[in-house]
Amino acid sequence: MHELALAEAVLDAALETAELEGLSLLTRIEIRLGELQQIGKETFGFVLGEIMPAAEPRLASTRIDVVVEPARFRCRRCEERFCMSQAVGPENVDAAEAIHLIPELAHAFLRCPACCSPDFEVTQGRGVSIHAIEGE
Amino acid sequence: MDPRRAGIERRLHSVKRIVAVTGGKGGIGKSLISSALALVLSERELSTGLLDLDLTGPCDHVFLGFETGLPSEVFGIEPVIHHGIRCMSMAHFVGERPVPLRGEDVSNALVELLAVTRWGELDVLVVDMPPGLGDAMLDALRLLRQAEFLVVATGSRVVLETVRRTLRMLSENGANVLGVLENMQREESVGVEELARCFGVPFLGSLPLDGGLEEAMGDVARLAATPVVAALRRRTGVISGSGFARS
Ligand SMILES: Nc1ncnc2c1ncn2[C@@H]1O[C@H](COP(=O)(O)OP(=O)(O)O)[C@@H](O)[C@H]1O
Ligand SMILES: [Mg+2]
Ligand SMILES: [Zn+2]
Repeated sequence: MHELALAEAVLDAALETAELEGLSLLTRIEIRLGELQQIGKETFGFVLGEIMPAAEPRLASTRIDVVVEPARFRCRRCEERFCMSQAVGPENVDAAEAIHLIPELAHAFLRCPACCSPDFEVTQGRGVSIHAIEGE
Repeated sequence: MDPRRAGIERRLHSVKRIVAVTGGKGGIGKSLISSALALVLSERELSTGLLDLDLTGPCDHVFLGFETGLPSEVFGIEPVIHHGIRCMSMAHFVGERPVPLRGEDVSNALVELLAVTRWGELDVLVVDMPPGLGDAMLDALRLLRQAEFLVVATGSRVVLETVRRTLRMLSENGANVLGVLENMQREESVGVEELARCFGVPFLGSLPLDGGLEEAMGDVARLAATPVVAALRRRTGVISGSGFARS
């Protein structure tokens, strides 16, 4: 359940933004979950709900949208473009768990389907990001 | 927007001091000194963490003999406790596999690791830095603002050449430098001490070249009894400057 640590980071970052922009209410936060990290949308939404600070007026009526972003890769060696289901690996649950914890470990456990290289770029869908913060 | 930076602050909130062991050059004993420092501090009942930031060439687990294998995932990633030291290393995730990472990936992995590792309350977090002045160094300066740098050097001129650049970079960035510690001393020499004086930072003393180190590796009790660790133990007070306060 390391999702909790990431969810806390999302709320901290959102409140920091509210602070910077002088917002008294955050109306909407859109979170993107990169497919590579394999964080469940429901799990993440649930965890966020659990840690939402009740005493924080700026988050009192915030709509939270969680969107899963498909992972896309480009091989730097052979230029092949591929998606998650086409990548070679991960070979077992521990490898998948390692990528779940640190997405860059894709380079240790995934390979380009065309040339077997670990030297690929994750062009989208890496991990957790905040796509939009709206407020007033 | 990347939320992880905010996460790092939260994760390091209860860490009193961060000592980053650096030097710029490879093979000068940064990992040995990081591991040994963590050991010596935990002997003093300070709650101590050890973060191996050499993501592509981790080796603190070899010095201290801690098990690799996935750390547990409870509200974050839990460091693996070994002889009272809370250890975190890439070796936990990949075992003996190579981790081919380009610069941006190194930075991303490092940020992720810092954002999700739950150190808890620590008196000191020792950070073993990789060689070079690249991603890890820039990220340490960017993200670990409270870090104090312990610079390792040896008397060799090729080492001093690189350590000098490291010290200059740290100084230009306004980093807090604990001082320069000489390692692998064979005979009396003044190169490292002069370098420290030149930058106006403390010279922290010398650790001997220790022929028995290799045999003691991986066994905490034997490592603790080596002349090099004994010498480090004697220098800990000097290294800590204002002292490492126990919580
Ligand atoms: N004082 C010393 N005496 C003997 N061997 C040492 C000493 N310090 C380091 N070494 C050895 O030198 C090698 C490089 O040390 P390491 O700590 O891995 O360097 P770095 O982390 O700076 O690359 C290792 O084999 C280590 O055991
Ligand atoms: Mg090292
Ligand atoms: Zn390829």
